[in-house]
Amino acid sequence: MGLKEKLHQTKLKYQGKKMAPAFNAIHTFLYSPNETTHSGGHVRAVDDLKRTMNTVILALVPCLLFGMFNAGYQHYSAINGFPENFSLLEHFITWDNFWLGAITILPLVVVSYGVGLAIEFVFAVIKGHEVEEGYLVTGMLVPLIVPVDTPLWMLAVAVVFGVVIGKEVFGGTGMNILNPALTIRAFLFFAYPTWMSGDKVWVHGAVDLAGTPDAISGETILGYLAQGNNAEMYAKYNLSEMFFGFIPGSVGETSTFLILLGGLFLIFSKIASWRIMLSAVLGALAMGLVFNGVVAAEWIPEYSKFYGLMSFDFWQHLIVGGLAFGIVYMATDPVTGSQTNKGKWIYGFLIGFLSVMIRVFNPGYPEGVFLAILLMNVFAPTIDHYVVQGNVRRRMKRLKHATILPKPSDGKAEELKVETA
Amino acid sequence: MSKDIRIKKGFDINLVGAAEKTISKAVSSNVYALNLDDFHGIIPKMLVKQGAEIKAGEPLFFNKADEKMFFVSPVSGELVEIVRGARRRILTLKILADKKQEYVEHPVLDLTSVDGSAVRDFLLKSGVWPFIKQRPYDIIANTDVTPKAIFVSACSTAPLAADIDFTLQGKETELQAAITALSKLTPGKVHVTIGKSSDSPFANIEGITLHKISGPHPSGLVGTQINKIDPINKGEMVWTIAPQDLVIIGELVLTGKFNAERTIALGGSVVKSPKYYTTKIGAEISTFLYASGVNQDAFRLINGDVLTGSKTHPEGNLGFYNNAVTAIPEGDDYEFFGWNKPVFDKLSSTRAFTFSWMKPNKKYDLDTNTNGEHRAFVVTGRYEEVFPLDIYPLQLLKACMVKDLDEMEQLGLYEVAPEDFSLTEFICISKQPHQQIIREGLDLLYQEIG
Repeated sequence: MGLKEKLHQTKLKYQGKKMAPAFNAIHTFLYSPNETTHSGGHVRAVDDLKRTMNTVILALVPCLLFGMFNAGYQHYSAINGFPENFSLLEHFITWDNFWLGAITILPLVVVSYGVGLAIEFVFAVIKGHEVEEGYLVTGMLVPLIVPVDTPLWMLAVAVVFGVVIGKEVFGGTGMNILNPALTIRAFLFFAYPTWMSGDKVWVHGAVDLAGTPDAISGETILGYLAQGNNAEMYAKYNLSEMFFGFIPGSVGETSTFLILLGGLFLIFSKIASWRIMLSAVLGALAMGLVFNGVVAAEWIPEYSKFYGLMSFDFWQHLIVGGLAFGIVYMATDPVTGSQTNKGKWIYGFLIGFLSVMIRVFNPGYPEGVFLAILLMNVFAPTIDHYVVQGNVRRRMKRLKHATILPKPSDGKAEELKVETA
Repeated sequence: MSKDIRIKKGFDINLVGAAEKTISKAVSSNVYALNLDDFHGIIPKMLVKQGAEIKAGEPLFFNKADEKMFFVSPVSGELVEIVRGARRRILTLKILADKKQEYVEHPVLDLTSVDGSAVRDFLLKSGVWPFIKQRPYDIIANTDVTPKAIFVSACSTAPLAADIDFTLQGKETELQAAITALSKLTPGKVHVTIGKSSDSPFANIEGITLHKISGPHPSGLVGTQINKIDPINKGEMVWTIAPQDLVIIGELVLTGKFNAERTIALGGSVVKSPKYYTTKIGAEISTFLYASGVNQDAFRLINGDVLTGSKTHPEGNLGFYNNAVTAIPEGDDYEFFGWNKPVFDKLSSTRAFTFSWMKPNKKYDLDTNTNGEHRAFVVTGRYEEVFPLDIYPLQLLKACMVKDLDEMEQLGLYEVAPEDFSLTEFICISKQPHQQIIREGLDLLYQEIG
């Protein structure tokens, strides 16, 4: 008896029992089910939710791998100094970097998936529905949007909060209002702010070494800018480093290049909305241009605490911080985003616009994208409501010219015919 | 007068096993049957008892809610069995056919002189009224309503559907008679839509507004055409009739006889030699299925096309409204890592390691596997790409699911039939039963508002 038959027998054995969803989750992971159509059409396209989620995960893998190398690179560079003539193969893609990244980041991935999926299984068993695939993407996103040294217990607590309060209480996958991954990030940010900002958390080991003679630090680009140290920042990092991602930051967010490739792949595979991505980029550029305009018009003095970020070239906002990552992987979450095509344009634009606005006006939290997306998650149903109302109004307008004919039993149909003829 | 409509949104499902364009005469069936499930929402009141001798075109039962609406026998013979289900609900009426067919003789309609009410009475009495469907609600037309327009789709884009231009060849006289009769029932227009580059028998029919349509499926669905030509508003009523049924109406008008004969397409990858057959409504499917042969034992036999048809079996009978029978393989097997490996042999509307986009003209051999499990609605924006109506499909489905009558009305439920959602159902990533959701929504709206 092969594996297929064995699993089939076990499935029959569990059928109708409480543990069935847990078994089925594992079974359908190995084999797509033998279910056939029983209502409506008799054939179905091949895409299902597992495939959709899997495609997003694959688009995230390059960011994860890059994050591992970068974790090692930032750590060793902070200790030994940045290499003079940077060479990708010599200084970045090395076993040392990878090993360090792997031992610091893989535990984050394991905790994120372990805790999150356990909760999903428990809820599926309690509520008697199948385990839905939403967490497969969330579980991958979470390690990529936290600082590398986030303590594992902290992450576990945040995942519990994010999955239970952010998703399950609303009814699980497909029903949540806020993006669960960002809910987890927001929880971490507000519950443990010292672990989520400052210049000590972005490089592995910096927290442990703080206060010792060997202390190291790694300020993010936004951190420099928020303090008005633009010149210092440019002295340390050039544009290509920002774009390709050899900079400190959350694990997976630094390489705009790989995020761009991931985004293009998601657009090509028709999984994520190009409307949201494009409009968010436009929104960010628009807000950046406004701030650049304010600086050019000399409306704010150079000593203003906003000057550093306001004078930052508008398009460079896109290649630093988590903006690109947020736009490509978080804003496009179909459940929490706008659901109408017109709504997506508005939703995306406002995400880009607000991200840069929060970034500039709130140097306390130099990264605004997650707040902007969560805010727009809340507004997405309202945007959709007005878009759909447009369709409803069009229908109401048509109604004025409705031809409602009398019943033939009233004997008036013939008269009407004479009139219209 | 002809107007061109171009549909951009949609999705063609090319399947293996299209019927070859030759018509064979199917052997006549011993037993013919009417399946009551074909008549949605009708509660039958029997007019004849089991064992009664009946003629072709003789009423078998009428609609309990409207006693003017008769349903007639497709053949002459003996009513041998009334199959009942739970709570004695009538499921099927079986008629053992006579060797020599006898017809109920109706007086021939003189189309130059009759008025609308005479035509209406004629259609009701002769039992062809059930061919007329109404929107809203997608049910058999209310007998006491004047429609604002009548729509006929003479262009089929559904997978493996019968080619209407082919099946209606040489039926111009009947079509003309039916159109002339029906046009007396509405002060509005009779809209007929044909394929853009088709050789349609409707091209020279008088008294119609001819439209030419092009584009992928669902451009051939009458719902799409109504929405583009003259959308339905609340309170309005339109009728839709399938062209093959016009032939039966036309013949009845011209000869006074109800002739249930119809040319159907037998297709699907399971059928060895798919082709066209002439047979009668209610004929046992085995009478032509095994003439063409099947290449496997376990398969799904469908009355109609794969998107909108109903499940049946070789001993089942040709449906009242169907002009196609399709046989495809059952897909009740597991597939190892079916959810993540690249797929070349199945259709997909995305490019997520599915490669059907590379070969838009390739014909696929799809089975009945759902390719995944039922989930909550997650992705958005996919349905809109295959749904050409000016309606928000996801929002309307959700309104039906939560039974929000106001929203169902506002979002345009009056304009749609379940079949309009067959394509969104096909591509649905969450494997939601769209047609069932819309059907239940329509039933609820009918019950509450009527």
